[in-house]
Amino acid sequence: MARLTDENVTLAKEIIDRYPRAKSALIPLLHIAQEQDGWVTDEAMRQIAELIGVTPAEVLGTGTFYEMFKFEPVGKYLINVCGTMSCALLGADDLMHAAEEELGIHEGGTTDDGMFTLHRAECQAACTEAPCLQVNYRYRFRTTPVEVRQLISDLRNGRLDDEIPPHGTLARVRQHIPADKGVGAVDPSQVTSPPEWITASAEGGAS
Amino acid sequence: MTSFPWAPGFIDGDRPKIVTSRFQYEDSHTLERYLATGGYEGLRSVLARSPHDMHEEVRSSTLLGRGGAGFPAGVKWGLTPDGVFPRYLVVNGDESEPGTYKDRLLMERDPHQLIEGCLIACYAAGLSRCFLYIRGEMALAQERVAQALNDAYAAGFIGKNILGSSFSIDIVLHWGAGAYVVGEETALIESLEGNRGMPRLKPPYFPAAIGLYGQPTIVNNVETLSNLPFIATNGAAEYTAIGTESSPGTRMVAVSGHVRRPGVYEIINGTTTFRDLLYGEEFCQGIRDDNELKAFVPGGGSAPWFLPDQLDLPFEGRLVGAAGSMLGSGAIMVMDSTTDIPAAALTLTKFYAHESCGKCVPCREGGTWLMRILDRVVEGTGTTDDLDLLLEVGGSICPGDMPHAASADLQLEATPFPYKMTTICFVGPSAYVPVHSALTLFRSEFEARVAPSRTRSRIPVTAVGAGS
Ligand SMILES: Cc1cc2nc3c(=O)[nH]c(=O)nc-3n(C[C@H](O)[C@H](O)[C@H](O)COP(=O)(O)O)c2cc1C
Ligand code: SF4
Ligand code: FES
Repeated sequence: MARLTDENVTLAKEIIDRYPRAKSALIPLLHIAQEQDGWVTDEAMRQIAELIGVTPAEVLGTGTFYEMFKFEPVGKYLINVCGTMSCALLGADDLMHAAEEELGIHEGGTTDDGMFTLHRAECQAACTEAPCLQVNYRYRFRTTPVEVRQLISDLRNGRLDDEIPPHGTLARVRQHIPADKGVGAVDPSQVTSPPEWITASAEGGAS
Repeated sequence: MTSFPWAPGFIDGDRPKIVTSRFQYEDSHTLERYLATGGYEGLRSVLARSPHDMHEEVRSSTLLGRGGAGFPAGVKWGLTPDGVFPRYLVVNGDESEPGTYKDRLLMERDPHQLIEGCLIACYAAGLSRCFLYIRGEMALAQERVAQALNDAYAAGFIGKNILGSSFSIDIVLHWGAGAYVVGEETALIESLEGNRGMPRLKPPYFPAAIGLYGQPTIVNNVETLSNLPFIATNGAAEYTAIGTESSPGTRMVAVSGHVRRPGVYEIINGTTTFRDLLYGEEFCQGIRDDNELKAFVPGGGSAPWFLPDQLDLPFEGRLVGAAGSMLGSGAIMVMDSTTDIPAAALTLTKFYAHESCGKCVPCREGGTWLMRILDRVVEGTGTTDDLDLLLEVGGSICPGDMPHAASADLQLEATPFPYKMTTICFVGPSAYVPVHSALTLFRSEFEARVAPSRTRSRIPVTAVGAGS
């Protein structure tokens, strides 16, 4: 494992082609690597570097800036308890304590069986639904310590497998630009004139 | 499925609804529902007009940016340098300002409205490729937008020769990966180029002039763009008939914290007051448990705090600015009388200190200092000196007068927005704003928490042999 599968390399190339410059695909490709292995491995970073024509150090350099990328294994379920203001005002600490107790780990830790990692996260853009948390970026709104314990037990017993994929999987629907419909990306240095509909309109409307 | 947001507010009341009009439908995110409710009609009508004409329509609508700065979209589109191509559109869907919750709803519940808005913007401003940057932590929004894009491509609304015209454009969905500062427009561009998301210096890097790949780039917020289908379909006059002259249309506002009915509400811009929002029957219905209102943050975590004294201000940028704060990203966080003010301020300062990109010293060091000092004050191990130290450290991020609200009780007059700053972007100052607001308006709560400083006995420095 760790190098991207053939299927993922094909997907990576499709994504790279959407950008006028290949390096723009760096973050999306890191997501694909993380989706494949649950975290970002050195081998995957080397391969991403080859695919987009930069050094592995540049891939690591960009990747480490972003919270979501993990460079060592994390639990199958990453529980992010929001601790920013609106959630803090409505009991975020209680959720965290319940999770810590139920899992037997502290904030930042991973359970011995590799099932759960627990983090305090920042505002999740769900402030009116405070206090809230995410499991692998799937929300739980207006939640309570009792519900947190139930959630953990449901996850343990595989009762939420359909709703919550393992850590690394983000969107389960991907964009696909059909070959016959896409306009295609061009390096900006290859373009100097206004787009066609602007020139056309100078001669009287686009349609 | 529980991942479906509650946010009850937006369907209540019979206020005009521009961007949330489809939220009442369970299937509001589908192409079928969109087409059945007037979807892509705006695009059709726009394609029959010249791009210049549509740009002028948006200009006369005075549609203000909803990402935080409130800059008119039509004016921004006109800032690209003449004759320089290609030009790009970058959609800011990185929503992560504390308290802010609206763009995610717009992406999850009405992705086609956003897509149509992107198409209209690209057509009118001559932008030849669109990148839709969605915050990484929003899995459902990414799925909904990806599905909508796929459906819109298949139906011929995006891609080559849209609806048989000469208008051809791709919209590329891009995922973020978790970094608040990437919401700042130049950092967003850095991130889209595959780099660490650190803001660029303005000048010279105003995106409209030097943006993505060094090309002219328009960065607009999700809510801003979601207004365009309405304007295209109904005309600027119908848009400006809602709200006030300086703040037309509607706005989505998230009210969270200690209110009875927290929610995201589409309100009439410019006239709705904070009192309406916090106490109104169709909005939040008052403070929870019949408690007293203590303070509220009117415009996202970066905004200076307001007191009950400011409740009658309308949601209007100029007036709120004069009163010492800003409307920012349309996010109100409400604190009732039970709130531990220093602890509440700490949650925000911690946020900004944690999200500093590290490019400027006052933010990188100052934010961390503020967080540590405030933390020990909250923990009860601080001293009175620490309160002055907080202001001193803050003063190195924001030199000079800081904006703050007026208070009748404290006999304090307002200092208007904005502040001066020694940093590249607003993250540094934002770490200080909650500290400054809390300390200015609730100093006694801090004083009750700290021990008096010991007077240090200083060892006098005298030259050897001097005096006698
Ligand atoms: C630190 C920081 C974070 C920001 N975060 C966001 C954000 O998440 N979403 C957004 O639309 N604008 C954000 N902005 C504002 C953008 O820089 C920019 O002004 C906005 O996207 C422009 O779009 P508009 O003119 O349509 O409002 C942020 C600004 C700063 C300084
Ligand atoms: S103010 Fe902070 S976040 Fe903004 S550029 Fe400077 S160091 Fe980075
Ligand atoms: S503060 Fe928790 S979601 Fe915004």
